[in-house]
Amino acid sequence: MKKILVFLVAIIVLGFIVVFGADYLAPSKPELADSASAAAGNKDLIAKGAYLARMGDCVACHSVPDGKPFAGGLAMATPMGTIYSSNITPDRQTGIGAYSLQAFARAVREGRLPDGTHLYPAMPYASYAKISDDDIRALYAYFMQGVKAVSLASKPAEMRFPFGIRKLMSVWNLAFYDASDFDDKASENAQIARGAYLTEGLAHCGACHTPRGFGQQEKGLTGKDPDFLTGASVDGWTVPALRAKDGPGVGAWSAQEIADLLRSGRSVHSGVTGPMTDVIANSTQYATPEDAMAMAVYLKSLPSGATQDAAPKFVASDKTANELRNGITRTLGARLYVDNCAGCHRSSGSGEKSAFPALAGNPLVLTDDPSSLIHVILAGATLPSTQAAPSDLGMPHFAGRMNDDETAELATFVRSAWGNKAAAVNASQVAAVRKTLPASITRQVAEQDRK
Amino acid sequence: MADIKKKKVDVVVVGLGWTGALTAMELTSAGLNVVALERGGDRDTKPDFSYPRIADELEYALRYRLFQDFSKETCTLRYSPSETALPYRAYGAFLPGDGVGGAGSHWNGMLYRSLPEELNLRSYVTEKFGASLIPEDMTIQDYGVTYEELEPFYDKFEAICGTSGTAGVIKGKITGKGNPFEGSRSGDYPLPPLKDNVAQQLFAKAASEVGYHPYPAPAAHTSQVYTNPYGMQMGPCTYCGYCERFGCYNYSKASPNVCVMPALRLRKNFELRAHSHVTKVNLDDTKKNATGVTYIDAQGRTVEQPADLVVLCAYQLHNVRLLMLSGIGEQYDPATGKGTVGKNYAYQVGAGYTLFYDSNTHINPFVGTGAAGQAFDDLNTNQLDMGKLGAIGGSVVRLNLTGGRPIEQMHLPPGAPKWGAGWKKAIKDNYLTSVSFGISTSSMAYRNCYLDLDPTYKDAHGLPLLRMTFNLNDNDLKVAQDAVKQTRKVAQAMNAKQIVGAAKPLGSKFDLRPYQSTHNTGGAIMGERPDNSVVNKYLQSWDVPNVFVMGACAFPQNRAYNPTGPLAALTLWSLHHITTQYLKNPGALVQA
Repeated sequence: MKKILVFLVAIIVLGFIVVFGADYLAPSKPELADSASAAAGNKDLIAKGAYLARMGDCVACHSVPDGKPFAGGLAMATPMGTIYSSNITPDRQTGIGAYSLQAFARAVREGRLPDGTHLYPAMPYASYAKISDDDIRALYAYFMQGVKAVSLASKPAEMRFPFGIRKLMSVWNLAFYDASDFDDKASENAQIARGAYLTEGLAHCGACHTPRGFGQQEKGLTGKDPDFLTGASVDGWTVPALRAKDGPGVGAWSAQEIADLLRSGRSVHSGVTGPMTDVIANSTQYATPEDAMAMAVYLKSLPSGATQDAAPKFVASDKTANELRNGITRTLGARLYVDNCAGCHRSSGSGEKSAFPALAGNPLVLTDDPSSLIHVILAGATLPSTQAAPSDLGMPHFAGRMNDDETAELATFVRSAWGNKAAAVNASQVAAVRKTLPASITRQVAEQDRK
Repeated sequence: MADIKKKKVDVVVVGLGWTGALTAMELTSAGLNVVALERGGDRDTKPDFSYPRIADELEYALRYRLFQDFSKETCTLRYSPSETALPYRAYGAFLPGDGVGGAGSHWNGMLYRSLPEELNLRSYVTEKFGASLIPEDMTIQDYGVTYEELEPFYDKFEAICGTSGTAGVIKGKITGKGNPFEGSRSGDYPLPPLKDNVAQQLFAKAASEVGYHPYPAPAAHTSQVYTNPYGMQMGPCTYCGYCERFGCYNYSKASPNVCVMPALRLRKNFELRAHSHVTKVNLDDTKKNATGVTYIDAQGRTVEQPADLVVLCAYQLHNVRLLMLSGIGEQYDPATGKGTVGKNYAYQVGAGYTLFYDSNTHINPFVGTGAAGQAFDDLNTNQLDMGKLGAIGGSVVRLNLTGGRPIEQMHLPPGAPKWGAGWKKAIKDNYLTSVSFGISTSSMAYRNCYLDLDPTYKDAHGLPLLRMTFNLNDNDLKVAQDAVKQTRKVAQAMNAKQIVGAAKPLGSKFDLRPYQSTHNTGGAIMGERPDNSVVNKYLQSWDVPNVFVMGACAFPQNRAYNPTGPLAALTLWSLHHITTQYLKNPGALVQA
């Protein structure tokens, strides 16, 4: 016990030495000069900033549901403790109203407050580091002049020791932060370069789609890194890889299909589920067709990357469809499918173009970890209503209709039908997901049970 | 005095069913700020119509989950002006809805256009059969709008609904596939017809053999995946048989909820207020200009909503009642024939045949849709020899297998026990092998069939109920009887083991108890002159030009087909003239 204490103290002392040194060594960006274009009342600049704020999905973290936009307060649970997002409205006392352009730029791109305090990398400043000076000016103009000031004090983070010591972040920065500007020469193709700029930078797609390392850092921030956008797990949802060429999934789609998904929440193959639903609703649906296409073309340009599955998980077959159409249901899972799912997803598992997602070859269905599929079966899913596709097409929840065994049987069927090749699901996996269902679903199930 | 006075808006829409949703959509497109007041709750496919809960016949069909709450408001009925009316308390003959989507959520989806002759019925009958055929107390009249004028709006509504069907006449040419007697269409339906089941095939074959002209009935159910002009998506119909009295869980039956609402909800110049019960359209001192509406909100507070334009989009009965409660127009008086509000209430007459087959003919009634089927129009308004029959109107004959639900949709042969082991056996023997086809007959307007405010009974807010003075008439019963007689040979040609069917005898009275149809029409009828109609050909009030009244209340008399097609097309036609003419120069679109 004593030994451990001594060891810990030693670590802390060493830590302080490193931390203070790191503050000087950690990379930073040159000062951003104020320019005339940021002057008050530049409507075009404010509008551009509003668009960029959409693309950066600032509102997602810096607002609470039904709260005032950008007033902060959203709790973000991390393994190190709970962080609350800050008020980024132009209120001078509680928001960022007193920030200079340079202070704003430093917070966004370097994760440092005006007094030098470090932000936690829950703020994706490692990705935002790639935002250009011009775009920072536009964002500044928008947040200062286009957002309504709200007086609401930001809540302090509740971190476990030693993570409450913000200085430690300088070590993190030294290890994982790259202050260099976006390399717009990386691709000769202007469309790919634009796509890379958005995907790697402002849109911070890697925050969810790139696996994280021991320091909770994204294992790769650009397309050159083999781990970048190779899939991860967020809040119990399996986040698909975006660059796996031999599919199933986004990497195998056409650029147009990817752009459609970004702008409408759906493509001919699939519809979004889980946390991406909000990303579409708050952010990517507002992308111009050109920007959505640029991101899609960029994703298509990436090589497959690091984590690739050895065996293909989907080889199309019409055996299941023929059996179901002839009334042959070999398992309980198949029977449950016909009774509950086939109306929309069809006996062919092919769904209906852009309205009902295909299950055959669907990446959400085929991931090694079946949690996402189980979650959708139990809790249902609803497509976001977007400008490009307003229908909020919804799948009901089945948590009250199927027990753990039945859900496992159904998931196993879906993962093995129509040429899908993914491992069977067992009841304990379902039970684990059932515990994580949102209160709204468990409440509805309880109400149904009472009837 | 209102408890709350809201900020003025451009348009207030009263009721958010089909006509209200279309109105809000088209007027927000024109850049206006629109507030929709719906007395029922908000409803969306998910969660309100979610599978499997919606496919609960007991809950939705027999306990009327989606319908108006008669304990708060209903209407009263009497047969003649000399009687005292009594309230309609138990759900029966017709079922008005409430909630977002209105009756458009739980309809069957039968989507017929007008026959051109329906719209100028009085002129047609007069020219073809002579004015003497029209009885003195029959108050039918022309709509004041022609089929050609409405055609583009039929086309538009069919596209909004993802309608499945087969055109019979395109640009004046008979296609040889659809209904040869329909008005000429500018193009085909958005989607091909739904598939025929065995019963529909038997019916079409028999009707052809007899010399009739069967066609696939137009259905507001998608036969394929579809995206409508508002960008709304629909999935293909699964033939589950849960349409009427249910919301569609599969995004296949056209409804305001599926075809309009999500696109409307995205609009910043649209606001929906559910549980907002409008009690009055407010008028200024001149009584020629509406200043907005007053409603009672969910907390029971009285709220005034000022607006430049008031569009009444509630159900037919409520639209008429609102006009009366607001003092817009003059109440119709059957004794003097003066006044127009409440005039020409009409309904429909139903009949049909039920056929029982032997055990080898599998009808499989559980494979059904609300609207798809086979129909023929050989006995309808523009084909029937009214002179020979001595009666005015027409009938559409249709085999439309709406489903085989376990409580209401099982046929028992005559003489079978109504309970116990004998009942079970009869059900078992006949469930899979029996089917009905229906005859729907038009309903003419009569001097003594009308609506006014009841002097005795009041609603939950203390306002007088609407009073219906109505009975069946021998003219309509004669037309129905003739159709039953003529179609017996179709039933016979279907080669069933047993045929059951009879028409109501002449002199039959309207029975409010069994369900018949929620096709109530009239009371705020349209026409060419202020002395014979409540609204002009653009559905604009003659008396208060900034009030428009949408819906089947505008029909001067009722037709054989279902009413949704014309009530929606008339709404779109009216909205077209509001946006292209009225907004530029608010005032009467037709000079009285």
